[in-house]
Amino acid sequence: MSATMKYTDEFRDPEKARAVLAAIAEAVARTGATEENPLRIMEICGGHTHAIFRYGLDKLVPKAIEFLHGPGCPVCVLPMTRVDECLEIAERPGVIFTTFGDAMRVPGTRGSLMQAKARGADVRMVYSPLDALELARRHPDREVVFFGLGFETTMPSTALTVQQAKREGRTNFSLFCNHILVPPPIKALLDDPAMRLDGFVGPGHVSMVIGLEPYRFIARDYGKPLVVAGFEPLDLLQSVLMVVRQIAEGRAEIENQYARVVPDHGNPAAQAAIADVFTPRDAFDWRGLGEIDHSGVRMREAYAAFDAEEKFGVGYGKTKARAGDATLPEMEGTRCGDVIKGLVKPWACPKFGRECTPETPLGALMVSSEGACAAYRLYAGVKLAPGAEVAA
Amino acid sequence: MCLGIPGQVVEIVDEASMMGVVDVSGVRRKVNLACVAGEGGLPALVGEWVLVHVGFAMSRIDPDEAAATLRALEELGEAMEEIEAIRASNAMLAGAES
Repeated sequence: MSATMKYTDEFRDPEKARAVLAAIAEAVARTGATEENPLRIMEICGGHTHAIFRYGLDKLVPKAIEFLHGPGCPVCVLPMTRVDECLEIAERPGVIFTTFGDAMRVPGTRGSLMQAKARGADVRMVYSPLDALELARRHPDREVVFFGLGFETTMPSTALTVQQAKREGRTNFSLFCNHILVPPPIKALLDDPAMRLDGFVGPGHVSMVIGLEPYRFIARDYGKPLVVAGFEPLDLLQSVLMVVRQIAEGRAEIENQYARVVPDHGNPAAQAAIADVFTPRDAFDWRGLGEIDHSGVRMREAYAAFDAEEKFGVGYGKTKARAGDATLPEMEGTRCGDVIKGLVKPWACPKFGRECTPETPLGALMVSSEGACAAYRLYAGVKLAPGAEVAA
Repeated sequence: MCLGIPGQVVEIVDEASMMGVVDVSGVRRKVNLACVAGEGGLPALVGEWVLVHVGFAMSRIDPDEAAATLRALEELGEAMEEIEAIRASNAMLAGAES
């Protein structure tokens, strides 16, 4: 049994998977790409990164395709300064600091939220921002802060929760808003002279909210294709096929492979909530990528009473004004930034698999299962830097 | 956090705050339906399948898509994690941890 057979048997419809793989091979051949000079296709979403490794899709596609893993894992691109600010707020007397579980283990310079909790801060993991609002109702004498992070997928949930808090006239609930947007880092990567990208597999659930329009510039201004993709392995292969066919035919368009979940115009109710509560910042800081114009949002003036940055004087911009330049360097000796940009693979980092493991992560890419480093470690952990322990 | 999980709307509990109950693999949870409410209003959603992200229904999907998505999430090891998070949240809201 060939390797391809073994992998494709895991698909619900192996016959179909083989047919799509054959079509990809045919289309790749038409582009003239080779193993030495491959098509470089970036999947933006961390969920896609995870799925590509889980199913070994990078090994199934022709060697003339190289997957680059994009910046779409929210906790992975969270700078240490933001984590430090979370700790600063969480350690204030009277505060109940609430967060999604994903953010608990992300290291800052003074450790993670989990470590702050162990030191006595009242940090609580919640499933939903609505749970944080419920805690505020139950503890009127405490200030409940919700750590809002993530891309456009989670923004409607925090926006709707803040709207609800305002309707109730709640005075002890605030959002520490660190939401970020998907299109600006794509532009930053395309503007980076060190990057060579041939096309994108676009995020599914972010697109379910924002629709296809925000990606148009990628095709129009940069001449690159993007195909919004679902999360099943066959979805991803079909999306890769659509990207490669565009390249082979000299087209650059924004296409939607995941139309069964993603309407071309996105979700209007979600967009309205986002627009009501949030407004773009001039710039925002990304771990590994630095400051990117208009890549984050803050809360509008009308919601200042629910803005933790206003209540505590802590946050992007505020901390920076206080400290001069508060953009902290990354963990010494790691190559997180180069990995996030897709310039190097995780095993090129001297810390990968040695000091930095999923159990004891140095960088955020090792924390989340959507991070490229954790994905390599879990599913492809055989190629390590010389001297590193064997993971597989 | 980003992948969400499919569930079926079983009842509407508060039309003013757009809240309903969704069954996610046998675990019931109050979910905000503001982003999927169509012209039929909330009652029309009962029986519909939705994709739930951190307590908010973000997209209406058909039953086949719901089943396929759940399978994909199980294979990625994300389904159990999400269901456990919902369970823990329900326990907290029930007052097990005040």
